[in-house]
Amino acid sequence: MSTAVHQAPAASSGPVVWNRVRKSRRTQDAALRITATGFTLLAISVLFWILGMLLWEGFTSLSLEVFTRITPGPGTSGGGLANALVGSFLLTLIGIAIATPIGVMAGTYLAEYGKTSKLAETVRFINDILLSAPSILIGLFVYVLLVQPLGGYSGWAGGVALAIIALPVIVRTTEDMLRLVPNSLREAGSALGAPTSIVIRSISWRASKFGIVTGILLALARIAGETAPLLFTALNNNFWFNPSLMGGVSNLPVTIYQFASAPYDNWRDLAWAGALIITMAILALSLTARYILGRNK
Amino acid sequence: MTTAIDGLSTQVPYARRTPKALSDKIFRIASLASAITVLTLLAGILGAVIYGGWPAFREFGPGFLTSSVWDTQNDQYGALPAIAGTLSSALIALVIGVPLSLGIAIFLTQLAPAWLKQPVSTAIELLAAVPSIIYGMWGLFIFVPLFARFVQIPVSQLTEGLPIVGTLFYTRSPSGLSILTAGIILAFMIIPFIASIVREMIDQIPSVLRESAYGVGCTTWEVVRYVLVPQAGVSIIGAVMLGLGRALGETMAVTFVVGNANRLSGSVMDPGSTIASRIANEFNEALGMQLHALMALGCILFLVTFFVLVAARILVAQVKQY
Repeated sequence: MSTAVHQAPAASSGPVVWNRVRKSRRTQDAALRITATGFTLLAISVLFWILGMLLWEGFTSLSLEVFTRITPGPGTSGGGLANALVGSFLLTLIGIAIATPIGVMAGTYLAEYGKTSKLAETVRFINDILLSAPSILIGLFVYVLLVQPLGGYSGWAGGVALAIIALPVIVRTTEDMLRLVPNSLREAGSALGAPTSIVIRSISWRASKFGIVTGILLALARIAGETAPLLFTALNNNFWFNPSLMGGVSNLPVTIYQFASAPYDNWRDLAWAGALIITMAILALSLTARYILGRNK
Repeated sequence: MTTAIDGLSTQVPYARRTPKALSDKIFRIASLASAITVLTLLAGILGAVIYGGWPAFREFGPGFLTSSVWDTQNDQYGALPAIAGTLSSALIALVIGVPLSLGIAIFLTQLAPAWLKQPVSTAIELLAAVPSIIYGMWGLFIFVPLFARFVQIPVSQLTEGLPIVGTLFYTRSPSGLSILTAGIILAFMIIPFIASIVREMIDQIPSVLRESAYGVGCTTWEVVRYVLVPQAGVSIIGAVMLGLGRALGETMAVTFVVGNANRLSGSVMDPGSTIASRIANEFNEALGMQLHALMALGCILFLVTFFVLVAARILVAQVKQY
């Protein structure tokens, strides 16, 4: 609509002076249009450049062995990423399993109990800061909290670090989704004599369950590729890790980090294969989350 | 309102009253405790880096901030090169990233036809979903060689020996790994964050303002310049600072392309290091005072990003509500 409105006068010819004024305005406007469109194209082409690079380098390195064999030692040939994939899966699972109950409950507090109270406003503010806090600092925090006292790296420390990164995402989306639930639904529940906790659980949560699940999916996508906080917590492991998850636990991001700039060809190939797997998984998660959100709006 | 009704219901003599009231209380306390957990986490992070970095602050005093020595043999540490690298790479990221983000926000809100909006905004948001380590690999294997060949070498030849420009842009080792490379990669990483917030702000401005401006014959540029920008006001700066907060603490992508040099250089084309890249590189091999010095670096990073993010949130909250 906007284009129709201000392009119409350009076709008519006015007095000479008026034309000249309009020309400078038109040039200015065209410059904005071209720059804004160009910038958008540039950003999108970087995305496709990265994806293209991953597909190109990753597909040639993908094979069944990647999924069945463990990471190779220095100087040995072949090998796969089986231990790293399983380790990453476990760490992400621990992270999301810790973050989900705390995050959903905290989001529920903000939307249902705290609302505009001082405490709720503070929690909301701090949560927003945590949302963009550097992930490497969370790694340092968990190192001091769990690695130093326990005397060594562990998968549990890695899981806790990932949970701290996932938590603010879940808190934020849970609160946002609960706020979309119309108050009349809650009032109807209360009018039937249901206590607040029942109203929240059977009305607010049920009405916003797709939204809450979306938040959890987004949190999963966020932590699945996190590398920095794992460096000082779960570290890495070139073999099958201890089932108690004590000691270094192999994981995909740190393996990619270590293998990508290594001097061995098979390591670098595995880094590309891992990068492809992890990015596709994360993009699939993000797109699924967006799809669920879009469908239930 | 619900609480008032609850109060009523608890006064009614009813057999199932007690267990229900108890579970209600437990649920409330559990949700309160979860909310407080969020608060303690941030305090915990600050506490951990202060606790870990304290010996280094005590040993080196304020000189830690101004010294550019990083000598693991003699246990002498200074934060200046890492601080300078962090600030300069983040600044470069803003110089490149902010115009790009604003352009994208304008494209999405003013220029894109309806059918294009959804796919384009999805693509921009996916830029944020790509893990940092993947940006690092793209930077190291694709961008760095191109950058060395087509930017670093010609620019170095051009600026060699020149005053000021030469100091800023000349490098003797055109490997492609530099503070500027890190800044460029960071720019693309912060674009989705800035662009999406600015876009939300523009969408919140009532369309009647925009339409009346178009109605009196304004061009898109004039609408952006005289209607949208004044309406969004300082909250645009808030969005930019949010991007700055991201750029300051970004680790993996920077570690891949910054060159990880410990010395201080005046040129953005020289390899350097940031606080985050230095911690990522050295932490696992660090012992004793080096560990404390890295923790102290983390403490500085925390304080800087904390103040940037607090300022950002306050500015973003200034957006006019209608």
